[in-house]
Amino acid sequence: MTSLPADTPKKLGLVIDLDTCVGCHACVTSCKEWNTGGYSAPLTDHDPYGADPSGAFLNRVHSFEMEIDGRGRTVHFPRSCLHCEEPDCVTVCPTGASYKRAEDGIVLVNPDTCIGCKLCSWACPYGAREYDHDDGVMKKCTLCVDRIYNETLPEEDREPACVKACPTGARAFGDLADPDSAVSRNVAERGGFDLLQEFGYKPVNKYLPPRDPATAGITPAPVPEERIGAPRDRLERLFAWIDDRLSD
Amino acid sequence: MHPAYSVIFFTTASGAGYGLWIWLGLRTLLDGIPDRAAPGVTALVLGGVLVTLGLLSSTFHLGHPERAWRAFSQWRSSWLSREGVAALATYLPVGALFLAFLFPGALPGAGLFAALMVLGALATLWCTGMIYASLRTVPEWNHGLVPANYIALAAATGALLLATIDAGFGQRSEALLLVAAAALLAAALMKWTYWQRIDGAPAPYTLEQAIGIPGASAIRPLDPPHTQPNFVMREMGYAVGRRHAGRLRRWALALLFALPLVAVVIAALVPVLSLIALPLALLSAGAGVLVERWLFFAEARHVSMLYYGAALGGTEAAAR
Repeated sequence: MTSLPADTPKKLGLVIDLDTCVGCHACVTSCKEWNTGGYSAPLTDHDPYGADPSGAFLNRVHSFEMEIDGRGRTVHFPRSCLHCEEPDCVTVCPTGASYKRAEDGIVLVNPDTCIGCKLCSWACPYGAREYDHDDGVMKKCTLCVDRIYNETLPEEDREPACVKACPTGARAFGDLADPDSAVSRNVAERGGFDLLQEFGYKPVNKYLPPRDPATAGITPAPVPEERIGAPRDRLERLFAWIDDRLSD
Repeated sequence: MHPAYSVIFFTTASGAGYGLWIWLGLRTLLDGIPDRAAPGVTALVLGGVLVTLGLLSSTFHLGHPERAWRAFSQWRSSWLSREGVAALATYLPVGALFLAFLFPGALPGAGLFAALMVLGALATLWCTGMIYASLRTVPEWNHGLVPANYIALAAATGALLLATIDAGFGQRSEALLLVAAAALLAAALMKWTYWQRIDGAPAPYTLEQAIGIPGASAIRPLDPPHTQPNFVMREMGYAVGRRHAGRLRRWALALLFALPLVAVVIAALVPVLSLIALPLALLSAGAGVLVERWLFFAEARHVSMLYYGAALGGTEAAAR
């Protein structure tokens, strides 16, 4: 049914730390690796090793330059389905294939009833849905619904593939409806925010802003000369001592 | 936005078909069942052919056309589903009216069938327009003028079609030609207003809002997320024709309104030429609708393209 559930007891989602994301695309490839062999049909690629490769991915990482409070920054920016609370991608679906789960808020596409009209992708301001030309159905992030509840996996593996793969811990998975969950506390502490909040889809996924270098406790790297250390020669050590005394 | 050829053909063909049914229905309401069955039956059948061809072609752009029947189920929330339901429901009064035309007096309530046919056609056209107008992700489409425009263009082409059929049966109806001219003018005015509106529209969302980082400014893409265009870029970022929007708009106005209007005036003044002037007007208007529909897609910008560095807002805003 493409009507939205009134409220979901759980709001499972991701929290993405733009401070620590290094733009390595490990989340992109691990997502592709897991989801091409799982739940739905494979995520098709066309001409993958040729001059014009294309294919369905459920997660993309952009890199942007920007100024934050006057300081220049490079920000790596993973973009995937935000499992919004009130998204039109669900309600525009004419068949009921696009749906939001009442129990945990995950937004999914039923590959057996999707007619491939692509209207849901038009309704997503985040560009999170990608059509699979081979399967003729829409593909999107499933929040690894076939991992997080999968009792055949060891418990530590029951989280989305992208979260498992992130080498810097920039991605976290949890219940954002529970104010005491680790992800919710982190969002509260770090000032987590929504993408395109003005649009009003109420994304569940949150992003954490890059920390201000002035307050983040980052010590600037020493100038190379200082790392050479004291000279070995006694006379040179004397010169260095005089140099030190005469400076500042 | 990428225009699916089948959707452009669908809305053009079925638009003319529904427009034809609307004017035929209104005429039946005013004049009752005509003594001569052939023109009305022809109009009903031709409308049916256009509508059905259009509906069938609209399934060609689907990944799974064989599942299209499922699209009738979600009318509570989806305009696309509502369009399907309204289109299917409209066939019922059309069928009843067909029988009423063939066997005058055999079926009571022909007026009711005609009214239901008009309402069904209007509802279907409205739903088609609302599929686009309900998308806040595409600011150019997210406006009440869009469904009104779909109805106006269908009314204009439908009136031309009915006038042509009448002429084919040697019937003269100045009133219908007047209706056709008025519909063409109304549709032209509406389209013009629409273009003025989208040209002057400010950008509703910015890249800064899309990224959302508090205090961030001067954002520009550094490294792309992928080396080649993906589905989102090809579908939402499609802009072939946008550069020539000015010229295409003039073509659309000439083909859709100016030429047909001249032809309608000629047909009204020199009835002998009706059978040449009106089919030409119809062909011209049909080609004009195709150009207009293409532009409707090519000029539409999608919010998601912000992430790829595109700007929203009117053509003037983009040119800055």
